[in-house]
Amino acid sequence: MSKTTIRVEGLSRRYGKTYVVRNVDLAIAAGECVALVGHNGAGKSTLIKMALGLLQPSEGRVELLGEDPAGHRGVAFRRGIGFLPENVAFAPAMTGREVLAFYARLKRLPAASGDPLLERFGLAAAARRRVGTYSKGMRQRLGLAQALLGAPRVLVLDEPTSGLDPESRRLVYGIVSELRDAGATVLLSSHALTEIGEKADRIAVMKQGRLIACGTMAELRRQADLPVRIRVQLPSGQAADGEGAFYAGRVHWLDEAHFEVTCANDAKVETIRGLSAVPGVSDIEIMPPTLDDLCVQLTREAAE
Amino acid sequence: MSAIVTIAAREIRDGLRNRWVLGAALLMAGLALTLSFLGSAPTGEVGAGPLEVTIVSLSSLTIFLVPLIALLLSHDSIVGEQDRGTLLLLLSYPVARWQVVLGKFLGHIAILGFATALGYGAAAAALAIGGADIDREGITAFAGMIGSSILLGAVFVALGYLVSVIVRERATAAGLAIGIWLAFVLLYDMALLGLLVADQGRTIGAAAFNWLLLFNPADVYRLLNLAGLSKASMFSGMAGLSGQMQFGRGVLFLALAAWVAAPLSLATLVFSRRQM
Repeated sequence: MSKTTIRVEGLSRRYGKTYVVRNVDLAIAAGECVALVGHNGAGKSTLIKMALGLLQPSEGRVELLGEDPAGHRGVAFRRGIGFLPENVAFAPAMTGREVLAFYARLKRLPAASGDPLLERFGLAAAARRRVGTYSKGMRQRLGLAQALLGAPRVLVLDEPTSGLDPESRRLVYGIVSELRDAGATVLLSSHALTEIGEKADRIAVMKQGRLIACGTMAELRRQADLPVRIRVQLPSGQAADGEGAFYAGRVHWLDEAHFEVTCANDAKVETIRGLSAVPGVSDIEIMPPTLDDLCVQLTREAAE
Repeated sequence: MSAIVTIAAREIRDGLRNRWVLGAALLMAGLALTLSFLGSAPTGEVGAGPLEVTIVSLSSLTIFLVPLIALLLSHDSIVGEQDRGTLLLLLSYPVARWQVVLGKFLGHIAILGFATALGYGAAAAALAIGGADIDREGITAFAGMIGSSILLGAVFVALGYLVSVIVRERATAAGLAIGIWLAFVLLYDMALLGLLVADQGRTIGAAAFNWLLLFNPADVYRLLNLAGLSKASMFSGMAGLSGQMQFGRGVLFLALAAWVAAPLSLATLVFSRRQM
């Protein structure tokens, strides 16, 4: 059992009588990547701020690398933390290189330790330009670069891929898994659900401040119990005759050559076996529910 | 310690980059040179007058200008960073909040000190080149004037931070900063004058009056530079006041230092409890 680096217990934050985060329990171990998903305003950023000690909880407690992050026992433990805030911003008059040098010094690292990161995030050419002239994507990459200074043990990324092109996104996820494999804890929030589902070890779904589900994709699928869609292709013009007998009522024709069948997760194997026996079938595609579908279902269940 | 220096250095670089330092220094040098050469006109001639006359003119200028520059520099310092989103990231780093305040303070004082020394120094140099009669006492007094001007700036930088940590909106901070400037630079003295006239000297004696002056940093500065020097008080028209003054220069400096320490500590305290 690896060591827990982030632990929140019964964590709540309210403004007046309105709870923004309500009674959240979550423990994340070293070498684990957890994705925090949910709509805008679900409480993800507030939870992250409390986990980092930037916001005092109304109730509950937080432990980050063994410390109370909002406590008064010094700030040295923060050297092991990398944080990318949502909508990261920098002093516009500083150059990219100066920004990284500034943050490196605050972590007591050599000022030049940001240079390889600039290279890695494709900012080397722009390193001597003022941040004010950067595009949104460049600022985001600079934000990621500062979060990685000093190879942090805990990496907290709030919407890391917002404003990034597909290539940069891949780069981000590549770096995240690299750090995780090296034993770092990664907590990231996103509403780009489809892409995050495959990257994280566990997914924590938030709704209106509550943690309504938390587990691996497989666990979430079981919990949501959504049907699996199976798409079948036939040679065109050969609107299958045999299909009717086996799947009456459950077939949905997409066009002349494709139809879809839905079935419960448990019945998946049996259904596929049956489908493959249909004469003339040329291809079978299984489409498990996406994280989007799961979230919609889980949120709906939570509302009931 | 190193975090404080890092933050101070960033503020200084920022000040140099966005021309704050240059602008303030040019403004002060321009006004100081104008005053040094035209300010002695009332003494009978246009040209370089004695250094003391310049000290009196520059002190009167400082009381208006330095608090304004200091408040402009500082009022946005915390609330502005929070608004732009840079503060959240800074506080996730291994930096205590008091280090943020102190680092910014040192950086802003350096900017202000640089601008003041450069601007007023230019005036003194021009006078020396112009062949003014400058003795050792004059030089000491001039150096004291620059030092106390920076100290006065420090008071208003600290007051600016206090504003910046209390409010949630940048516009509110700007409004409060203007209010503070008006209150200490203009209104306090007018109110005091009104009080004295209304009182007719029945309850407020010289001692009480001196104490009341200590409650306004601008007045403490005025006492230091205009009434504290024998020659200067002749030119400044404060000879009457300096005759009755019960506080020495040391006490006045201490009073200004207290005016720095109190708002700065309060700002740190409020900031350390601020939720991001």
